[in-house]
Amino acid sequence: MRVLAAMSGGVDSAVAAARAVEAGHDVTGIHLALSRNPASYRSGARGCCTIEDSNDARRAADVIGIPFYVWDMSERFHEDVVEDFMDEYAAGRTPNPCLRCNEKIKFAAVLDKALALGFDAVVTGHYAQLRTGADGLVEMHRALDHGKDQSYVLGVLDQRQLQHSLFPLGGSTKTDVRAEAAERGLLVADKPDSHDICFVADGDNAGWLREKLGDRAPNHGGAVVDDATGEELGRHEGTYGFTIGQRKGLRIGRPAPDGKPRFVLDIEPVTGTVRVGPRERLAVHRLRGIRPRWCGTRPTRLDGPEVSVQLRAHGAELPARVVVGGEGVDVELDEPAYGIAPGQAVVVYDGSRVVGSATISETGGES
Amino acid sequence: MSTPVYLDHAATTPMVPAALEAMTAHLATAANPSSLHASGRRARRVVEESRETIARALGCRPGEVVLTSGGTEADNLAVKGIYWSRRAADPRRVRILTTAVEHHAVLDPLDWLAEHHGAEVELLPVDADGRLDLAALRASIERDPAGVALVSVMWANNEVGTRQPVTDVVALAAEHAIPVHTDAVQALGVLPVDFAASGVDAMTVTGHKVGGPHGAGALVVRREVGVVPLVHGGGQERDIRSGTLDAPAIAGFAAAVELAVARQAEHAARMAGLRERLVAGVREVVPDAVLNGPGPDAWDAERLPGNVHLSFPGCEGDSLLMLLDARGIECSTGSACSAGVPQASHVLLAMGREDAAARSSLRFSLGHTSTEDDVAAVVEAIGPCVERARGVRF
Repeated sequence: MRVLAAMSGGVDSAVAAARAVEAGHDVTGIHLALSRNPASYRSGARGCCTIEDSNDARRAADVIGIPFYVWDMSERFHEDVVEDFMDEYAAGRTPNPCLRCNEKIKFAAVLDKALALGFDAVVTGHYAQLRTGADGLVEMHRALDHGKDQSYVLGVLDQRQLQHSLFPLGGSTKTDVRAEAAERGLLVADKPDSHDICFVADGDNAGWLREKLGDRAPNHGGAVVDDATGEELGRHEGTYGFTIGQRKGLRIGRPAPDGKPRFVLDIEPVTGTVRVGPRERLAVHRLRGIRPRWCGTRPTRLDGPEVSVQLRAHGAELPARVVVGGEGVDVELDEPAYGIAPGQAVVVYDGSRVVGSATISETGGES
Repeated sequence: MSTPVYLDHAATTPMVPAALEAMTAHLATAANPSSLHASGRRARRVVEESRETIARALGCRPGEVVLTSGGTEADNLAVKGIYWSRRAADPRRVRILTTAVEHHAVLDPLDWLAEHHGAEVELLPVDADGRLDLAALRASIERDPAGVALVSVMWANNEVGTRQPVTDVVALAAEHAIPVHTDAVQALGVLPVDFAASGVDAMTVTGHKVGGPHGAGALVVRREVGVVPLVHGGGQERDIRSGTLDAPAIAGFAAAVELAVARQAEHAARMAGLRERLVAGVREVVPDAVLNGPGPDAWDAERLPGNVHLSFPGCEGDSLLMLLDARGIECSTGSACSAGVPQASHVLLAMGREDAAARSSLRFSLGHTSTEDDVAAVVEAIGPCVERARGVRF
């Protein structure tokens, strides 16, 4: 096959590209330029968007022996990922831009362009396993290395996208991938993993949002209120700086009467109110997801013993029952989950297989 | 893999055998041309003979050739060095007039001078073919002639091949005794370039565009023009450009310049023939392809003969480049991409093209290795590549 390798400049995508070559594919490497002004992006904690990362990707392509190009996806990335990130925080939700990027950029804009240019598939360094199911459809399963499993951020891919994807690292551990990179002479073998959000320098979401939102911020301050008593406990500088379940940085002068820590329970962008309370009030038993995306056939009801959901990247597998209807999905958790923020994705699994995903719109306590 | 069809000579043209020979002849005999012993003198002789060769070929005196590491350094030395010198002589001289289509090696130093050294830079407009608007230049000079430190106008454009009216620029500037710098990197070897006859005060040339090595170039500058150095040290090159002279590279550079100038007329005629067939062939297959810069009615007088710069409506230049590259055809999108992120060409934007049109362009630049077969290969490949690239939504 003619395969396009999306190379971030990290070790995973470099090894994935090398394996694709070894599997006999005709591979071309590309690095996605996601900012018109890459110097403004992070250099410390290493995302995937700096000039240095682009050079790392180029050097990996040299070593692997494949052509290499930089594709400018900065406009699409800004429109589809960065703007959405700002809108979601402004609305009091907590988006996951990595899922969004996979859905809109890597496996949409990039894949579409690749197909149009005559490629058959896109290969990436994501940790997830693809296999063909009994029905002939491509199934996506959790990676063998559960610690590195990235099926959560790929839960937005539909069947067509999966049919044109290759994830050669799904059956490997990170340790093995690093060792293989070193053997192959790839200089990125020891490069640290990237964390956080690639376009937020230094990982300071609130600071970044304060600067970028400007007049679009729904408020520039308000009250931190005790959810039970309505008492004002402190002031904050904008609701977009908070996420549900957050404990740190609440700037409440006084401890709670019971001495227990308090968490963000609710964010009200219009009034500028952040409601806080004890951990037990965060318990989520039910949730509703909108904009569902299915990896294969759309299910109607999932209640087998193997069914589970994951509610955040690297989150736990939570046994659940899922009902699909109308415009969304309703999820009932066997055990409560804590700190679940609207805007995050709920990814549904049947055993190790990813069934699909939806964006959390509402959460509920015990009925 | 078969030899690629190399049509990116405006970026770098392969070294000619004479230059390779001249360079390799001196690579093994290491000596510092500034050393006083016999070996040093031998190396120095290589440098000085090379300088004389270059001077003969360019129509200047040997003492006017300041050897540099290449075109970018020479451009920097010219605009910064002359600006500083002129302003030191008269603090009113802070204006620098140039065109909006200069190479980044001129534009970026000017931005820097504006930001850090009080320069007032004016980017003069060009017409739809990229030619400087002389009336605008005249008006700009006459607004405050005593305030102008320097005029810098390229001999011919690196992206679209448009020749600039350097003689007219010199005449306008001469009325007020304003020095003129020109970047002749693209012109040398394909147009007649004579420093003295042109009347310019400073001129940039470089080796790797004329069949010489990378890393060797020169600023030709009249002795009367003050140039404040950028690089300080051992005082080489009239104290304008310190640094140990690279005798082998300079020998290769000189051999290439000599040959390029000797063959210029014949070379230009051959390039013009290939250019004509390339443009006609591509437009036969892709009728809506747009030639940027002077067209057939004017190109003999107004365009570099080896430059073919085309926009392909509905295509991304980057996609086309990649598809052609996969077929062994090497060209350029003609745009700077220092950061790895392709930007729409400032040249095309200055010529009034829309951003999308600017990003749908390819530059094919012919050179001494180009053949009829190269042209035929492009004509054969371009149709399917354009069709494919048009399927990309962007």
